[in-house]
Amino acid sequence: MHKSVTVNKEGTSDVDLAKCRAILSKYNRSTPSDLIPILQQIQDAYGYVPQTALSEITAGTRIPLSKIYGVVTFYSQFSLVPRGKHTIKVCTGTACHIKGATDIKKKLTEALQIHEGETTKDFKFTYEPVACVGTCFLAPVMMIDNRYYGKLTADKAEATLKNY
Amino acid sequence: MKHLKSPEDLHKLRKSLESKHRPDKVRILICTTGCRALGAEEVYKAFKAEIAKQSLADKVEIVDTGCQGLCARAPVLTIEPMGIFYGRVLETDVPDIIAKTVLKGEIIERLCYAEAGKRTPYIKDVPFYNKQKKIVLRNCGSINPKSIEEYILRDGYAAISKALSTMTPDIVVAEMKNSGLRGRGGAGFPTGNKWEFVKNATGDIKYLICNGDEGDPGAFMDRAVLEGDPHSVLEGMLIGAYAIGARKGIIYVRAEYPIAVEHLTIAIEQAKQLGLLGENILGSKFSFDVDIKMGAGAFVCGEETALIASIEGKRGMPRPRPPFPATSGLWGKPTNINNVETLANVPIVILQGSEYYKSIGTGSSKGTKIFALAGNVKNTGLVEVPMGTTLREIVFDIGGGIPGKKQFKAAQMGGPSGGCVPAQHLDLPIDYETVKEVGAIMGSGGLIVMDDTASMVEIARYFMEFCQDESCGKCVPCRVGTKRMLDILTRITEGKGEKEDLGLLKELAEVTKTASLCGLGQTAANPVLSTIRYYLNEYEALINKKDAQAAPAQSAQLPQSAK
Repeated sequence: MHKSVTVNKEGTSDVDLAKCRAILSKYNRSTPSDLIPILQQIQDAYGYVPQTALSEITAGTRIPLSKIYGVVTFYSQFSLVPRGKHTIKVCTGTACHIKGATDIKKKLTEALQIHEGETTKDFKFTYEPVACVGTCFLAPVMMIDNRYYGKLTADKAEATLKNY
Repeated sequence: MKHLKSPEDLHKLRKSLESKHRPDKVRILICTTGCRALGAEEVYKAFKAEIAKQSLADKVEIVDTGCQGLCARAPVLTIEPMGIFYGRVLETDVPDIIAKTVLKGEIIERLCYAEAGKRTPYIKDVPFYNKQKKIVLRNCGSINPKSIEEYILRDGYAAISKALSTMTPDIVVAEMKNSGLRGRGGAGFPTGNKWEFVKNATGDIKYLICNGDEGDPGAFMDRAVLEGDPHSVLEGMLIGAYAIGARKGIIYVRAEYPIAVEHLTIAIEQAKQLGLLGENILGSKFSFDVDIKMGAGAFVCGEETALIASIEGKRGMPRPRPPFPATSGLWGKPTNINNVETLANVPIVILQGSEYYKSIGTGSSKGTKIFALAGNVKNTGLVEVPMGTTLREIVFDIGGGIPGKKQFKAAQMGGPSGGCVPAQHLDLPIDYETVKEVGAIMGSGGLIVMDDTASMVEIARYFMEFCQDESCGKCVPCRVGTKRMLDILTRITEGKGEKEDLGLLKELAEVTKTASLCGLGQTAANPVLSTIRYYLNEYEALINKKDAQAAPAQSAQLPQSAK
């Protein structure tokens, strides 16, 4: 899924824009409300929103780059830097909070050797806390990609990473 | 599937489905939505395989459903027609369930619900269920949400059929007003009045938006309804659209709810195939289409003007009202926005009549409310009760009380916009007004139970951190107010608080509440004000001691909950 992104030594990316153009081609008579769906598909296709894709969107939709940048930076779903193959979302909702989400966050930070919102060096995991994933009855919870892991302990959370 | 061209066609389809229905066939209903996190899909597959292996397809079927409510015992299943309820089912239990329960009618004790050592095999005897009243959750957990036939079999789309064939839009609005249904998203605005505003607004195009941006941490009822009974929301939208004269609907769903999006997408496709969405629905002049818009991760987008901005492809920031969306909403057109749970109530109001609906609830708050019960309570899950039910009934009778030897301390209601209700108000009948009087809000229905080990200052700090993080930054009172309040709360929890901090906190809370642009800022101080109101001693103790040890880290002092 993320093979088209190769990160060189300087940390910048050589991005194959074919997928971006294919997405944009579906919107050749786009309205402003298509911007977020376009960005969501690009985020899905590349795992992040490459800077070069932003220029393509501007050209394709005639929405000013400044506006697009504003939208990308407003919503937590979008990332301007490459993300890991898997996204770990640790729920920090109320129920998870009072049932020990803090311990899980601490353990994952140690296990992955990264801070919240960062990506591991091998681009395997991006780790981020989220407000609530809506499974409070299973608290504490984390999601890896679209899979839920409930009734966690810090150790169980760490062990789960080995499945990936 | 055949296109339905009239209410009679729908009726005929229901009759033919009824004739094919085999009440003698054993149905094993298993939740594969919320319970997925604890292996429900694997259990579902094991049942499929076992049924195939033993060639039992003619006698028994396995149905994947939405949430059945008692999430604490996930994965859960119900076996019909016997009404047997099993929890914590593993793949390895499957051959036993088929061989003993399905084929011989024997109860498997170890899988039954147990309280105080007493095992309760039948769902009708489980206290968690028999004290509830399911209106919105009527189908949730008992039908396959991916099958429009199962919805139709349970009077699905009968309400829109009734409205189109026997009611004018004015009568629908009058019926909604008479029912007393109020918005379940939090504010509690009367739904019928809202529809009337939009109906009377001038505009060539009108929109109906379903707000499924359930962002309150601790609330998951909209998720359950969208996943477990998506057609009831679509039907509610159809009725609303018919009443206000909209022909375009949008469902705005959180990106964090992939199963809800999947089930909604299937439901919309099925409704289109049957002609229940599209042009000239059931042969009438009414046409309506629905699109799904996925949120991109911003709590403030639950606020209606921010939600509209987000659909328009902008940063999801609110704007001052008036003009209200009812006169100038999406693309400047009159727009009606209802929450998921509100819309799922609508078919019942229309089908059973507003008088029936009105008979449930309290003087000012009609119908039922779903609460997402979580935290330090035994039976975590989704409960639907009539308005006016007391907190004690919810937490102790339905919720089974507090695990371990701990005491009830408070229930946090309404998430980051709400407050903590302490033990002295346990017998309060819950409705929009009473909850407000005690300093919390109904909100979307998140109900987090806390035991006597919880630090209330820490809870206030937790919610402030959330609001500060989610503040969109457009208006100063919210942007700066939440930040400064968080600074003070953090200082106090770290044992570095000063005596003046409490006065400062209250002052900041009042300003943020009064001067903020939207609901996020206006309510952000509620958890602070409510905890100061009831637990001032905890604040003072932390300030006086100036010792972080007075408030050990949350996680360290909390028990492992119901397991």
